[in-house]
Amino acid sequence: MANPDGKGIGKVIFSSSLGTLIEWYDFYIFGMLAKTISVQFFPEGNETAALLSTLAIFAAGFLVRPFGALVFGRLGDMIGRKSTFLLTLVLMGGSTFLIGLIPGYRSIGMAAPLLVLLLRLVQGLALGGEYGGAATYVAEHSPVNKRGYYTSWIQTTATLGLFVALGVIMMVKSNMSDASFTSEWGGWRYPFWISILLVGVSIYIRLKMSESPLYSKLKKEGKTSINPLKESFGHKANFKMVLLALFGAVMGQGVIWYTGQFYAQSFLENTVKIEFMQNREILLWGIGLATPFFLVFGALSDKIGRKWIMLIGMLLGVIFYRPIFSTFIKDTNVKEWMQVNAADIKTDARAVVKLDTIQNTNNRSIVSHSSQQYSLGDGSGYVENRADTSIVGTDGLLTVHADSKPAYTNKILSASLKWKFIFLIWAMILFVTMAYAPIAAFLVELFPTKIRYTSMSLPYHIGNGVFGGLVPFIATLLSASFVNDPLVGLWYPIGVAALCFVIGALYLTNKIDKNIND
Amino acid sequence: MNQLKRILGFVWMIFAPVVIYFLVMGAVHNIDSAGTKDINKPIPWIIIIAIFTPIAVGLMIFGFYSLKGEYDKLPESSEDL
Repeated sequence: MANPDGKGIGKVIFSSSLGTLIEWYDFYIFGMLAKTISVQFFPEGNETAALLSTLAIFAAGFLVRPFGALVFGRLGDMIGRKSTFLLTLVLMGGSTFLIGLIPGYRSIGMAAPLLVLLLRLVQGLALGGEYGGAATYVAEHSPVNKRGYYTSWIQTTATLGLFVALGVIMMVKSNMSDASFTSEWGGWRYPFWISILLVGVSIYIRLKMSESPLYSKLKKEGKTSINPLKESFGHKANFKMVLLALFGAVMGQGVIWYTGQFYAQSFLENTVKIEFMQNREILLWGIGLATPFFLVFGALSDKIGRKWIMLIGMLLGVIFYRPIFSTFIKDTNVKEWMQVNAADIKTDARAVVKLDTIQNTNNRSIVSHSSQQYSLGDGSGYVENRADTSIVGTDGLLTVHADSKPAYTNKILSASLKWKFIFLIWAMILFVTMAYAPIAAFLVELFPTKIRYTSMSLPYHIGNGVFGGLVPFIATLLSASFVNDPLVGLWYPIGVAALCFVIGALYLTNKIDKNIND
Repeated sequence: MNQLKRILGFVWMIFAPVVIYFLVMGAVHNIDSAGTKDINKPIPWIIIIAIFTPIAVGLMIFGFYSLKGEYDKLPESSEDL
């Protein structure tokens, strides 16, 4: 029944993947432009705006996504896959476009952050409903021996959505000054407006699609579920498979996915201090070169089973995360760069950024904040930021204390080091492709057609959204508690992936369910 | 293997409340009105504890099913569900 010869499957994959890619793009641009959005909508010093900002970040990812999975999963099992994921696309695209139209806090006051929060919650809700529908739809069109391969196209969309979002933002940003980009009606809004064009095209394509053949058959026979939530989570036999999917596969996949694609980027920017554009360039290369492996591992899972590919992806993360992130820190030690390039260092004039005067009882301190650009012979460079203190005593004597620990920012890597970092990012995304590529086929095969959308959407969004989305929060928490270890934040994804590996290895079966028509 | 699954079922049942305990203690130690980071604000903790509590309950149920031998043999097809 599930399209045994795969006829017309290219169109099915294209239309499903394009919409899902756009939904991920919409979801990411908000996160990537968070700093600018924060300045425009959530001004510092306003407690209510700060509260709304926190809600926009945490509630959209953690609370609303699983809720969206339940709402739209239920709809998808009751009224059909096609109409449901068309609805999620309209909601996502519409809310993204509207975020780009909201005037800033300075123009309309508290209405601005409130509207942004509302639309961000709609985005989270829509994202929660999209993936399960697209994965189910493609799987239900796929022949048995290619289910992993065909659904792996859907799996590329989360990464490609990130790729497109990064690319669009970089393109807009590189064509205008920082001031034009960040102003109230500046370039940061363009990626939001572009969304409406992408969504329009995708809706047009999706409208031409027909309903999933398995679902249509079920509907014709009057066998669709009346209460998918009750059947998914109220019946022990199915509920125990939902729990197994979550703890034995999806939670590990979520942290591997998030660490490779997001935490790495934020670590390189905020801890290692690599220059903004070079950091994005490294990520774009890493993602671009690793993305085809989603298809490779998806196809491989049709031959050797889903289980061990996913679990080995998690295990590689557990083993290699600390060595990789440790290399990031070790290789960007500016003092070592200076030693190696001692004979060829060029500097610009030191610029004083700010002067702070502190009047004490017996003296007056003047703190001079300055920065200086250094260019080294191997093509690398950095900005040295110093805070030197001059103390003027009551007797008029001046004592100067040079900053003994200057901060180094805007590091630019030499060409060879850049390619080494690209390789390391590529390796981490390769782990993502292993853990993530077979998961759609794995989840589809775990649940019956009549409650498939509901049953697979919830564990997926808890694993990906909650376990994965918590990586930066828990990393900050661990870093605040154990200040001497810059890599301490990695223990969270390592721990979750290790736990998931143990549960998956012991409890999951590697058998491919050939018949998903039931 | 089934014996090991059953023993681990007990471990998962214990592990779930331990996670919630550490989250609550983390909230108590880190919420600070003078702090500026997300971990110092109450809202993220309320959201995270609210969402993690049912997940931890799910892990307990998973452990309980495991202890009872529900995962000794997985269903072969949807008809077994």
